[in-house]
Amino acid sequence: MYANAEGTTMRDRPAEIRIHDFQEVDTGLSTEAAIREAERCIQCKKPLCVNGCPVCIDIPAFIREVAAGNFRESARILKAQNMLPAICGRVCPQETQCEGQCILGKKETPVKIGALERFVADWEREHGFELPETKPYRGMTVAVVGAGPAGLTAAAELARLGHRVTMYESLHEAGGVLMYGIPAFRLPKEIVRAEIEQVLALGVELKLNHLVGRSVPVDELLKFDAVFIGTGAGLPYFMGIPGEQLPGVYSANEFLTRVNLMHADKFPAFDTPVKRGSRIVVAGGGNVAMDAARIARRLGGKVTLVYRRREEDLPARAAEIEHAKEEGIEFVMCANPVKILGDQCVTGVECVEMEMCKLDASGRPEPKPTEGSTFTIDADIFIQAIGQGPNPLLLNLLPQLEKSRRGNLVVDENGRTKVPHVFAAGDVATGAATVILAMGTAKTAAQAIDRMLRER
Amino acid sequence: MIELWVRAPHVARHARAGQFLIVRTDENGERIPLTISAVKGDLVRVVFMTVGKTTYQLAAMPAGSSVRDVAGPLGKPSEVAKYGNCVVVGGGAGIACCPIIARELREAGNHVIGIIGARNKDFLILADEMKDSCDELGIATDDGSFGHHGFAADLLKQEIANRKIDAVWIIGPAIMMKVTSQVTRPLGIRTFVSLNPIMVDGTGMCGSCRVTVRGEVKFACVDGPEFDAHQVDFDGLMQRQRAYLDEEKEALAGYQAHVCKCGGDHHA
Repeated sequence: MYANAEGTTMRDRPAEIRIHDFQEVDTGLSTEAAIREAERCIQCKKPLCVNGCPVCIDIPAFIREVAAGNFRESARILKAQNMLPAICGRVCPQETQCEGQCILGKKETPVKIGALERFVADWEREHGFELPETKPYRGMTVAVVGAGPAGLTAAAELARLGHRVTMYESLHEAGGVLMYGIPAFRLPKEIVRAEIEQVLALGVELKLNHLVGRSVPVDELLKFDAVFIGTGAGLPYFMGIPGEQLPGVYSANEFLTRVNLMHADKFPAFDTPVKRGSRIVVAGGGNVAMDAARIARRLGGKVTLVYRRREEDLPARAAEIEHAKEEGIEFVMCANPVKILGDQCVTGVECVEMEMCKLDASGRPEPKPTEGSTFTIDADIFIQAIGQGPNPLLLNLLPQLEKSRRGNLVVDENGRTKVPHVFAAGDVATGAATVILAMGTAKTAAQAIDRMLRER
Repeated sequence: MIELWVRAPHVARHARAGQFLIVRTDENGERIPLTISAVKGDLVRVVFMTVGKTTYQLAAMPAGSSVRDVAGPLGKPSEVAKYGNCVVVGGGAGIACCPIIARELREAGNHVIGIIGARNKDFLILADEMKDSCDELGIATDDGSFGHHGFAADLLKQEIANRKIDAVWIIGPAIMMKVTSQVTRPLGIRTFVSLNPIMVDGTGMCGSCRVTVRGEVKFACVDGPEFDAHQVDFDGLMQRQRAYLDEEKEALAGYQAHVCKCGGDHHA
């Protein structure tokens, strides 16, 4: 979504309609609107927008082709740098990246680069994909662990550079957070599948249902000429408060996975169930919290989002916050859950009011509980969206790799780990961040892998 | 009780005692964890009771059918080491997971005593296989229709009274593991149980299978499924196992109505 300072755009489906389904909120640009928007680009000689793009798309060039109506050529330019443009056009935080740098933004609204990227990618999908060129096979094998944004990007890049890639995915479907985490109303799953198909069409071999470290032991993994670890940040953190074991308490990851990957919203047509509450409390203030709250809203019931800092401190994108509010989600700021009430199931969440104290290391005021300020929110479902860490399973089996205090892999600027032929990128290395940052770091690592393999 | 052999080379190749796999029958299916009971070449055996839609669906599949997905092996292998005298106790469907553990323990140089218990003799499974996998075998049935009239826990008590026991595995329904592990608690005998909470991904990603062990939250799928029996909060486990009883009933009723109407199973 490409909300600007004014919030959401006219392309959004009305909240009162969209809360009853999982269809995409943003309807995208029409051809005429796309051309008109592309014509706004002033084609800077030294484009700042490109500096803001983690995968270095030649933004003025692809926009120029849109303005000229050459959508096929525009898609070629996009895909020269990014194999997942329909995804990025939808979920990148453009307001802090390309659009945040756009010179037009200084006086008016920046060019809607994300919307244009999405338009071109959707056009190509509807009119037939064209595969980018790949270099001839060079005789080297690379294992890619994890088929999320980082793994897919690394796999595509390495396949194009002439390497034989085997990509392992522990789930029954590729995509990682794009499939299990981001809801369909932000990122339709058929679009993710179509872009993954393009990566596989480059010659990448995908092995589903393979948990590396278990199905593929570490010694087998290390036999590849190079290894790319892109296992993400899939380990949910819990708050550690009383009552957490009660049925009806979910990590955001579980709640999202049940609905997005397993289609629990369509139970019993799909076998996986999810609890549908009448009063749902979500703790957290990031994009994941917004996604969980908005899914809960669509399953029916009153949804309250509790965040321990102030509204202006919410780490979620402005557009997500706006969308959540439009959809009727109640925001309770400066409050923190301290206890989950209930005997056999959740009946309420006890919270404490938070006071904002002096600035902490992140530059935000540090929240401190106010004594004697507890209050209770009635609830039958409680979802914790307070962050995720790296899944430690594979990392524990690779003690030779250096880990940070938070359990992330320590890598250099090219994604290189302590083991010469093992690289890592995406959330497992950076800590939980955005899809596009995972893709950017993965691309850099893939290019470093290619350089290393060529020197052999 | 259903015995199912699945051809899954990627699971079979590295499967060890104590690990499990996840099956998804079809595109609309749920992911259900089943403990690995035996491995032969490319084949993996799982044994289960028909309790919900997916297990009924699996049971109705004729030989040679395919399931949509099999992931694994998952979870940590059993902590096989040289302990000395080991007892492996199986209850109900949990018996199915015992021979593979008994064999690995024996190969590690232990003297292995097997104990299996069931409601009645019709529910006693794999008795011959257990006999071959253990040095000694005791059998109990609740109604006395075979072997000792009583519980597996009674036989475990006798073993402990008779000789020094160094390690015990107890595998079965949560309530049976809770009760039976009380037997070894006073003597502080190292005791493992294999937990079977509700899972979704089975890879450490969702936390659905969280259990409290020694006061800490653990994920059965990656930290287990085997844990120190004397540290497990069984009541919390059982409460979470019951979380979807209504939904499970609804799914099963829908499936059975469908099968009756169409006179057969469509997933075969």
